[in-house]
Amino acid sequence: MSLKRFTEHALSEWMRGKGPQSDIVISSRVRVARNLSGLPFPMLATSAQSSQVVRRVEEALYAAKELPVLKEAELIRMDDLSELEKRVLVEKHLISPQLAEESRHGAVVLSKDEAISIMINEEDHIRIQVLYPGFQPQEAWRIANQLDDWFEKHLTYAFSEQTGYLTSCPTNVGTGIRASVMVHLPALAITKQLSRLFPAITQVGLAVRGIYGEGSEALGNLYQVSNQVTLGQREEEIIDKLASVVKQMIQHEQSARRRLAEGTPIQLEDRLYRSYGVLSQARVISTKEAMERLSDLRLGIDMGILSDIDANVMNELIVMTQPGFLQQYAQERLDSQERDIRRAVMIRERLHHEGTEDEQ
Amino acid sequence: MQCQECGERSATLHYTKIINGEKTEFHLCESCAREKGEQMPGIDGSFSIHNLLSGLLNLDTSISEGQHQVHDETPSMGVRCPTCGLTYTQFSKIGRFGCSDCYQAFDDRLDPLFRRVHGHTSHRGKVPHRTGGRLKIRREVEQLKQDMSRRIENEEFEEAARIRDRIRSLQEKLAGQGG
Ligand SMILES: [Zn+2]
Ligand SMILES: [Zn+2]
Repeated sequence: MSLKRFTEHALSEWMRGKGPQSDIVISSRVRVARNLSGLPFPMLATSAQSSQVVRRVEEALYAAKELPVLKEAELIRMDDLSELEKRVLVEKHLISPQLAEESRHGAVVLSKDEAISIMINEEDHIRIQVLYPGFQPQEAWRIANQLDDWFEKHLTYAFSEQTGYLTSCPTNVGTGIRASVMVHLPALAITKQLSRLFPAITQVGLAVRGIYGEGSEALGNLYQVSNQVTLGQREEEIIDKLASVVKQMIQHEQSARRRLAEGTPIQLEDRLYRSYGVLSQARVISTKEAMERLSDLRLGIDMGILSDIDANVMNELIVMTQPGFLQQYAQERLDSQERDIRRAVMIRERLHHEGTEDEQ
Repeated sequence: MQCQECGERSATLHYTKIINGEKTEFHLCESCAREKGEQMPGIDGSFSIHNLLSGLLNLDTSISEGQHQVHDETPSMGVRCPTCGLTYTQFSKIGRFGCSDCYQAFDDRLDPLFRRVHGHTSHRGKVPHRTGGRLKIRREVEQLKQDMSRRIENEEFEEAARIRDRIRSLQEKLAGQGG
């Protein structure tokens, strides 16, 4: 299969990067945790009880197919997937590693565009997740809320008037909502402003996490900002607060980019062109280097320094150069050395078919 | 930004926790966070779920244990959820409830935990449409009562009376449903 055809089938909507503020915000996600009344949480459920959860959700799903967003949705059982297939779903952020590796009777309902994934028998019985490209947490909540309403018509949730939706972990109780936004902050990183920004964000009750780190590092200047509090605030308040803080982060990043452009552009220009050079010529490249160079490439594109490259290459390649994806594309198991070689090939091909897209 | 624990690796996890009523910031690298058995609200999926909460809950236990010790040598550590059988001790080790009835069973110990994690102890968000009817009505009554006193302050007595009637009919509905 050509890379282009593989890509067409492999990419989720959020990786295509066509969303508001997509020069800085990669994706917005809302996840809602729910449990069925009268059954123990997955951790203590028997095998029969867990399979009953799947059956009940499946029945509700059948009714929910009237919802346009779930029209062609599919329920996939973890037991029916290979290790590699599960890994690819994890890398696309559609399921958690926990569902893939530890769940019993774990399953996921996936919408056709993969914007909706409903995990069954993860830490909670049901986790409704909506994942959109760019900056649209409100829209993601609107859809998650609608799906939740729909399921609630058919399923009785564990709910208490005092504590709200009851979840396996006390950090999720109440609304059960976790909203997060993935942002790309290269200019704030270059100008060393993140260490001022992060404390300010945590002070207003949000958490920040560097992602795509192997071990202890945050790679590619990609960060995930999410709400910490799930109890005692309304869902809309939680989402609006996150949105307003992210809006301010976007403004800071934009002004840092403007200042970078005004300052000493030749050093920056050199660095960005070098990264482009490495990505388009390297024969062996590690995840770490790939992430860093892709971040530079994206910054160069967004600042108008590098032209004729699709801004989306970063969004696509950060996922497609992950181990599971590389092996899926290669259709074989690869050790880490082979992966570094394949990664370089994939990046070169992707950058190359940019220029020749019209001819194909 | 450096990890505040080891001062070596860069911090990738940033969050706050409420300790003794004060917000405390944490900026940690993943390995230090893991070592501390830290629990990070808002940060999903970094570790396997187990043991995340234990540090936090054990702390909580030792505090309340201290208070109980005067009255009882073996305090409510052994409290057991009648439905799933999970004990409070087990809950404090694994940081997960076993079933929704655990919330009731461990009720008198959960408020300090919720306050530390969320800063609040009661739900203000969404209510299930089908089964949450009573709570919805009670919230509407609360809202109407506020409206009514505002009307009275503004001397809009006719409107206030209309609201009062609405409140009455909602209260009758609540009484009718029992409880
Ligand atoms: Zn550290
Ligand atoms: Zn229980």
